[in-house]
Amino acid sequence: MVPHIPRLRRYARALTGERARADDLVQDTLERALNKLHLWQPGSDLRAWLFTLMHNVFINQLRAQPGRLTAGLDDEAAEVAVRPTQTDWLEVRDLQAALLRLPEEQREVLLLVGLEQMTYEESAGVLGIPVGTVMSRLSRARERLRGLLAAGAMPAALKVVK
Amino acid sequence: MTAIPVTEAELHAYIDGLLPAERRAEVDAYLAAHPEDAQRARAWQEQNQALHAWFDPVLAEALPLRVRHPALLRRMPPAMRYAAVAAWFALGGVTGWYVHVYNTAKSADSIAFAREAVIAHVVYSPEVRHPVEVGADQEAHLVAWLSKRLGASLKVPHLQAVGYQLVGGRLLPGNQGPVAQFMFQDSNGRRLTLYVRRGARDSSETAFRFAQERGVGVFYWLDGKFGYALSGEIDKAALLRVAEAVYRQLNP
Repeated sequence: MVPHIPRLRRYARALTGERARADDLVQDTLERALNKLHLWQPGSDLRAWLFTLMHNVFINQLRAQPGRLTAGLDDEAAEVAVRPTQTDWLEVRDLQAALLRLPEEQREVLLLVGLEQMTYEESAGVLGIPVGTVMSRLSRARERLRGLLAAGAMPAALKVVK
Repeated sequence: MTAIPVTEAELHAYIDGLLPAERRAEVDAYLAAHPEDAQRARAWQEQNQALHAWFDPVLAEALPLRVRHPALLRRMPPAMRYAAVAAWFALGGVTGWYVHVYNTAKSADSIAFAREAVIAHVVYSPEVRHPVEVGADQEAHLVAWLSKRLGASLKVPHLQAVGYQLVGGRLLPGNQGPVAQFMFQDSNGRRLTLYVRRGARDSSETAFRFAQERGVGVFYWLDGKFGYALSGEIDKAALLRVAEAVYRQLNP
């Protein structure tokens, strides 16, 4: 399990955009993995299993936040509220800010494929969705990110919540 | 020419390196004829690169995580002991994990190796009855057996000059294949373990690196065909002295 932790942390950081929240996500994932270790099939891909657990923990955390839309909506117009932990929020520029403006389900696909270099089938397995859905989310994520990055840093619509 | 139309999904597969090789040339030709799609594909590729540039440094960061439920570990069945101790270490101590050399992918691998070595040290060095599989009394057999399993000729250092006797060794499953662990002990019963794996490639680069977690220090380095990690609960200077002795013995 240990060799996978740096990658779980990298993914969590990109997914949540916050160090503290990312580390909580990794911690919760590892605890769940320990509790469910008897469910893991030796010989199967441990990394994919850990990412699946992390996806489930992440989705549960989103659901636990009141007033948040949960997964399942490929909402082009979804606005993402960002809670800054760094005092110097404006220093966290461009890519991270743009990522946080993607709906979570698009962000997950983009990161699993683009950062974790999983195949589309592996990503579909981790997220529990069909490959076709992976492709459409990936397409939307990449086009949206392209638009956001081209438009420059920090569009005014981004809402910063204390 | 009857080219099969290029789909959106294929453009993604193209930049993700997931397109079958025989189709690449056709997509190349398509992109040459469709500058707008070429521009999109290039932008996506840059996104992938930007993601790595932005987030890969996380791979080499210290782990600031804490154990919230140590009681969980005590409920583990014995068969899960190794995994549990591994995870316990992964969850980390307040002292954190200090690594002096930061470099992305390559060092993430050696950091993982050092951490594996420390975990193996913590699991086996307290063993009273079965610290090793093959004892020092059968040293020739031990070396021959482990060399065979690692697929390269191993040497075991003699560390009497720095106060340590060989206890023996064992074979362990490493992240990248079989690993040998040699155990040494001083006159007070303090133990060091030397964890040896076959490297992916020959390396002429030898640099000692040091990491420490929960009082266990580890020096690790690459040398020729092998990666070595020496772990022990002794201070850094004393451990370095032994690491240097190991290195000199293995490179006469």
